[in-house]
Amino acid sequence: MNSRCITRLAALALAVIAPLAPAHADSVLLQNGEIYTQGPAGTLHGGSVLIVDGRIRGLGEHLSAPPGTRVVDLKGRPVTPALFGGLGQLGVVEVSEESATDDGTLHLGQMRPEFDPSYAFNPDSIPVSVARVDGVGFAVLVPGASAGAKGGPGSSILHGLAAVTSLDGRAPRPPAALSVSLGQDAEALAGDSRAAAYMLLSQALEEARGGQFAPGEQRLLTPAGRRVLARFAAEHRPFLFEVDRAADIRTAVAFAQREKLNAIIVGGAEAWRVAPLLAAAHVPVVINPLDDLPESFDQIGATLQNAARLQSAGVVVAFTLRGSPHEVRKLRQAAGVAVASGLPWAAGLAAITNTPAQLFGATPEFGTLAVGLPANLVVWNGDPLEVTSLVDAEWLDGQERSLRTRQTELRDRYMERLRAGRAR
Amino acid sequence: MLDETVRAIRRLTRLAAGATLVVLAASAARAAEPADPYPSTYVAAATPALLIRGATLLTGNGTRLDNADVLVVDGRVAAVGHALAQPAGARIVDGTGRWVTPGLIDLHSHLGVYPSPAVSAHMDGNEMTAPVTANVWAEHSVWPVDPGFQSALEGGVTTLQILPGSGNLIGGRSVVLKNVAAVTYQAMKFPGAPQGLKMACGENPKRVYGGKGATPMTRMGNVAGYRAQWIEASEYLHDWKDYDAKKAAGGKAAEDAKPPKRDLRLDTLAGALKGDIPVQMHCYRADEMAIMLDMSKEFGFHIAAFHHATEAYKIANLLAERGVCAAMWADWWGFKMESNDGIEENIALIDAAPKGCAIVHSDSQEGVQRLNQEAAKAQARGVAAGFQIPPERAITWLTQNPAQALGLQRQIGTLEAGKMADLVVWDRNPFSVYAHAEQVYIDGVLQFERGLVAPPRSDFLLGQPATIGGTP
Repeated sequence: MNSRCITRLAALALAVIAPLAPAHADSVLLQNGEIYTQGPAGTLHGGSVLIVDGRIRGLGEHLSAPPGTRVVDLKGRPVTPALFGGLGQLGVVEVSEESATDDGTLHLGQMRPEFDPSYAFNPDSIPVSVARVDGVGFAVLVPGASAGAKGGPGSSILHGLAAVTSLDGRAPRPPAALSVSLGQDAEALAGDSRAAAYMLLSQALEEARGGQFAPGEQRLLTPAGRRVLARFAAEHRPFLFEVDRAADIRTAVAFAQREKLNAIIVGGAEAWRVAPLLAAAHVPVVINPLDDLPESFDQIGATLQNAARLQSAGVVVAFTLRGSPHEVRKLRQAAGVAVASGLPWAAGLAAITNTPAQLFGATPEFGTLAVGLPANLVVWNGDPLEVTSLVDAEWLDGQERSLRTRQTELRDRYMERLRAGRAR
Repeated sequence: MLDETVRAIRRLTRLAAGATLVVLAASAARAAEPADPYPSTYVAAATPALLIRGATLLTGNGTRLDNADVLVVDGRVAAVGHALAQPAGARIVDGTGRWVTPGLIDLHSHLGVYPSPAVSAHMDGNEMTAPVTANVWAEHSVWPVDPGFQSALEGGVTTLQILPGSGNLIGGRSVVLKNVAAVTYQAMKFPGAPQGLKMACGENPKRVYGGKGATPMTRMGNVAGYRAQWIEASEYLHDWKDYDAKKAAGGKAAEDAKPPKRDLRLDTLAGALKGDIPVQMHCYRADEMAIMLDMSKEFGFHIAAFHHATEAYKIANLLAERGVCAAMWADWWGFKMESNDGIEENIALIDAAPKGCAIVHSDSQEGVQRLNQEAAKAQARGVAAGFQIPPERAITWLTQNPAQALGLQRQIGTLEAGKMADLVVWDRNPFSVYAHAEQVYIDGVLQFERGLVAPPRSDFLLGQPATIGGTP
């Protein structure tokens, strides 16, 4: 869709909606920006966004503001949808090393696909606010995997349920996917062999699908686990298969096809090697673009070109990091690194906006900008994938958000002391 | 993203007189220790002169020169300036549109001692069998095959300090390496560079030992542990000085003098007391750094740098007054309680203190590949907070300042005549996610050129189907 056409559509939308919107103190017109809608409206050069009562009421090149509207001249600065924060434990881990503050991983020594960490989500968690002020608006809460410390119980290859979280104070959405280890991480959870992960998963699926069991026969799942697994399989909800090695990806995809599961590959350090297979099978991949070292025998082929090669082969690619919730804000740098390594810039932005929103069902609210949607957007002072760019302003769930956090409070306290020569 | 003990589980200012003094100090230190029994075998290859013309130069000492030239002769910077004469036979590099900086220095690396792949057999960075292992030398753990060295080189890193981990109160000696391909670490060892002494504050030692019901279990146990060691080391040093004095006096006293029994642990600590071994101290919290500063006064040694130092900004004036550098991450925080107060302006605030010495370090096989980006993030945050940080200033965090903390400020860290010609040619302003090192030189020898297809430097990656391509 070309931009002229977009303007007409936007103008039409405005014409329909604007009269209904009263002049209001909460009206803001962001003018003369580079608007990356990441949706059908494309990119608007010198474009505007009209926000009325928290919703996007206009998106185009020549919008007029209702009386009383605050008008902001963006002077060409970029506007994007609020960014994706990746897959991880944001909101359920406060300090990684303090287990009392970590609710993200189940240590029961049982297979509990019904484990839903979103019950523990804390919107006041400091890592949530730190990610938010760097432009992150949504993430996917995925339970962690653990073999258990010092012989204690750990999780299972079926980690539990994954849910979209928004970083605006609201509760997480209902679970959208199931997380499963199938590669090296699965070994410790499946009797020291990644092969056994398939054995266990097959049995669990059979139980869930009502396979016949003799009374007293050992089962892997609880009734609740069977219900969850059966429902996610039947409804074609995503199964997040954590695998890196090319051969493991091939095996996981074949398994998913045989079991009629909707697979998303997570990790995928060697995914580029099986890119044609992934493209043909329509299996998306969520990678960490920074993976480029053979940190394990599953990642011998890790390369910074992974994203670029997958994208050019037609594979749907989204990004995540592998670390703690404290580094969520680094995901846009990782996207920039992928772009510096050959990925088209637009694909780099898509991999942290609309693509993950689509993969995890966070659309339409997140990942794109369109008329009628609640404002979830960020104004940047420069290229959002550039490490020197910072957030100028941010709207989440229709409200302009403060850019202050505990960290800016600390900064200001000690900057003042430094200026007075008293930082000692 | 955790520091290296966690990965293991899961996976000088005083040397102002320069190079000659480093060598002299090293030989004077041999009262107890013989000359380095594991000497460097590194020799830079002979190369023709090199002239980079018309580039933007960030010299590493705070200066920017536009449309300027660098001349390298015999592995040293011969001249920096405008319209330099071209020596016969010199290789010419067109610097138009390019930026040239000194080679980057990572003050805190575990490449080689926690190499990739991170298998159990490779966990060689933390001798966590006793809280004080000042006797161990990190160089004896370095695996030169670590593929991370090549990745770091591609990010412009020419010098690395490889440290033992932080599981112990006193972890052992570090080694400074030139980032060159080699079969042995000796062939990477920076000739004449002092080794460092790795010490650790806070959570790691007390977690490792307290978790086993041993000492230290608390922070006060940590400090008691260091102090006992310094007392012993002071006595050891005194005994050796006494012996040296008797030997020097000659006559009967010299004949009868018996040398003290040599002790590897005390050799290291005595070296730190004498100022031959810069102290590199892992410490996050401001209050703990202040305790360490008092302790260094109590026993008379100098701390070259606090590493990680996520709360350095709270005592920026104190650190500057004491001539102690802070080596920091741009944005790591919160992964443990002592890093909970990390802020993105930490580096800029240390830099802003009068005489402050800010360093960007990696402690990460990922971060070392893009120290320029880490510095760029810190620069941007500092500028947003109101500080003036032009590129020629930010580059000092990766060059001049870490060179000072290593006691190598006379050899590396700036583009000045006489310095080792470690330099990076960037395709643009290096403080960008899109910047690439196009060429990396060490002692004037081209070690990396972007776009040249070459077999992997690491033997581990050689002949691996997964690195060659195609489907399995």
